[in-house]
Amino acid sequence: MHMADALISPAVGGTMWAVTAALAAYSGKKLRQVQDDRKVPLMGVLGAFIFAAQMINFTIPATGSSGHLGGGMILSILLGPHAAFLTMASILTVQALFFADGGLLALGCNIFNLGFFPCFVAYPFIYRKISGDNPTPGRILAGSMAASILALQMGAFGVVLETTFSGISELPFGTFVLLMQPIHLAIGIVEGLVTAAVVTFVWRARPEVLEAAATGKVRTPFPLKGVLAGLLVVTVVTGGALSWFASAHPDGLEWSMFRTSGKEELDAPEQGPHAWLGRFQEKTAILPDYGFPAGEETEEPTEAGGTPETAEAEPWPSISAGTTVSGLVGAFLTLALAGLIGLGLRRYHSKS
Amino acid sequence: MAGIESSFFDLTRFDALSRLDTPIHRLEPRIKVLTTMVFIVAVVSFDKYRVSALLPFVLYPVVLITLGDLPLRYLAGKVFLALPFAFFIGVFNPFFDREVLVRFGPVGVSGGWISFASILIRFGLTVTTALALVATTGMYDLCRALDRLGVPRALTVQLLFLYRYLFVLVDEGSRMQRARSLRSFGNRGTGLRVYSHMIGQLLLRTLDRAQRIHAAMLCRGFDGELRLTRSSSIGKRDILFFCGWTAAFLLMRIYDLPAWAGKIATGMVR
Amino acid sequence: MSHHIVEIQDLRYTYPDGTKALRGVSLRIVHGESVALVGANGAGKSTLLKHLNGCLVPEAGTVRIGGFPLTPKTLSQVRKTVGMVFQDPDDQLFMPLVREDVAFGPLNLGLPPEEVEERVRQALETVDASHLADRPPYRLSAGEKRSVAIASVLAMEPSILVMDEPSSHLDPRARRQLIRLLSSFRHTKIIATHDLDLALDLCPRTAVLREGRIAADGPTLEILQDEELLESCRLEKPLRLQGCPVCNGKGRTVSA
Repeated sequence: MHMADALISPAVGGTMWAVTAALAAYSGKKLRQVQDDRKVPLMGVLGAFIFAAQMINFTIPATGSSGHLGGGMILSILLGPHAAFLTMASILTVQALFFADGGLLALGCNIFNLGFFPCFVAYPFIYRKISGDNPTPGRILAGSMAASILALQMGAFGVVLETTFSGISELPFGTFVLLMQPIHLAIGIVEGLVTAAVVTFVWRARPEVLEAAATGKVRTPFPLKGVLAGLLVVTVVTGGALSWFASAHPDGLEWSMFRTSGKEELDAPEQGPHAWLGRFQEKTAILPDYGFPAGEETEEPTEAGGTPETAEAEPWPSISAGTTVSGLVGAFLTLALAGLIGLGLRRYHSKS
Repeated sequence: MAGIESSFFDLTRFDALSRLDTPIHRLEPRIKVLTTMVFIVAVVSFDKYRVSALLPFVLYPVVLITLGDLPLRYLAGKVFLALPFAFFIGVFNPFFDREVLVRFGPVGVSGGWISFASILIRFGLTVTTALALVATTGMYDLCRALDRLGVPRALTVQLLFLYRYLFVLVDEGSRMQRARSLRSFGNRGTGLRVYSHMIGQLLLRTLDRAQRIHAAMLCRGFDGELRLTRSSSIGKRDILFFCGWTAAFLLMRIYDLPAWAGKIATGMVR
Repeated sequence: MSHHIVEIQDLRYTYPDGTKALRGVSLRIVHGESVALVGANGAGKSTLLKHLNGCLVPEAGTVRIGGFPLTPKTLSQVRKTVGMVFQDPDDQLFMPLVREDVAFGPLNLGLPPEEVEERVRQALETVDASHLADRPPYRLSAGEKRSVAIASVLAMEPSILVMDEPSSHLDPRARRQLIRLLSSFRHTKIIATHDLDLALDLCPRTAVLREGRIAADGPTLEILQDEELLESCRLEKPLRLQGCPVCNGKGRTVSA
């Protein structure tokens, strides 16, 4: 469920990075206000704990598959939303850096999907509401299940949106949703069960841990209505803007829109920054030149740069074989060159 | 996820790589982070049907790996392990995008296959480069670089602590897992109940440990703010590295070099 | 330098779960003394040590360091004076690199960077761990971790060193190195230990704790030969006072 860089566009990645950065800065500020210096080692060690716990599996009866602990929910219960968010962010960062589990540009998306929803939405509004201040095993279970399932559904939906807006994957929105949500429903159920089981264990063995975690927490992490509204606006605007950028040439989002709904392509505005960006994109992201039907003097399909007259786009591209061959030759040459450079560098480097 | 014991050794091996001494390791961490981010953005900004234009970018990870003395097979293994998600999303492309874009005589290749190939190439490029970045920089330097690049101190401190205790906890976790596996047979003893007790115990021990660490910190004067030392400074070589590669990435992004090379080559043959 | 005296008067402490750990402990240790604190598990050794730099607050009784009572105001001053080495070095080495850990204390003292570097260098040299400066803690052996933990405390230049089971988990060579190192220190030393031979080597004075009270306090050699006392405190004579099992067949053997 960790998004890879290969599937996102810079616009989506950058936007989510900005959102995550704002949330992280906000959480950091909130933590400093509380001034509990016990949190520093606690967050670190609990993050490591979640990491280690995720590496141990348990078997799910009757399915033969295995499940493991999620993290966002347990961390929120033990640390409170802000500290839990930062801890989740650190876990995801280490996973991306050291296990290549999730891309670097996509890290913003991943932290948002797997951190924001459990810590700032599911925990305060679902878990806390259900389990209250004096939890019983039954309420812990109900709260964990509901919160985990919903958090994962939201996270999975986030993945769908981010992938779709990036336009690299061809999966149509509807199909993607149908793919992701049920899988994450199952995962959510499992995670809810595990979270409940571990929290109940702690509650039985050392209830004061949960009590200590429960005190000193704010009921809602921030003026939620304001921020949610803001986020909604941002999402709509960037979503709309992104689809305009993406559709300077018909591709991606439009493609699936066209195919699944038969709608026309979105109209790109003629003036203003979108048009300029569209032209810039034409120059820099020139597709195989789809404008020329076979038989005409074909420009190089991947010719770049300064030939604006080839920039006309048509929805149904075709490329002649000759240019394909040279394209392949070029690709082969590039790789060979890169390999030679690599070998040469290694030899030079080991000699020096 | 991989088994916990193998993860421990993987972590230690990867961590050890960051302590080599090579020209890449000696570059200033912030520069490496920034250059890599430019690289990723450039690669990811191509639109989805570009394949050959992506290829020159492989030069950057090649340089990092060779000059950084990084073990290629090991890195390739890690990249491969990370592949599933991108692969399984990308593999749908040929199903949904069937318009033929390229023809080799009678054989047509649909846009879906081209974009799938593009996804795989992007994946290889971005993941390998990210791993090379981390392998040549080391967690502490990386966190300090992030700190100086504006990441909130709370998060960088958190990353340092997490990393420090990751080894301890993964070690503890793997001992627990080993103890469990020695006494469970088939699927008995590995269910949720045992698991939750194991993890619950580990959690309680972890909380105790956190208290002891906190006490140790207080005993040495901790007042809530963690101070980091040894700042590195950006030198001429670092600036050259950044500017040179950024220029190269721009060049590769705007101009499709393999196509030119191919044109020239096939032109010569004719 | 004033006479850093450690003065504990009728110290009592009960843990939150009800365990009465200390039931009135009184102890007076003067500057430069080396005192071993021995006793069974659960006798209260660690609890007592934790009171010495304010990790725990007494339920009753007083702790005075260098003439100052331990209060929230004097806490930071006391922590500069009393350096504590924990039982589990992993709890103490919480920074990613050895040198950062040793620098932690001096940095918190607000010292300028050059001085911090100098203190780190000196501390590591003292414990013979200069070559470990750039290692992460997980790559250290138990003995090395112990040395580095000591260095991290030394860097704060305390006058009183408090140590909890310093020789545990050490192989014989590392243990011998530790004993050699500690015997070279001029600090006041308070060492809680099960290793009675170490106590014999390092500490002329021993205090024995039994069930939260001081059962005996005097010259080490005397106390560690008092079999009745030792027996009542769940202790034994140090191994080298037990007679050679090969030469004269006296002393405990496995079947005893």
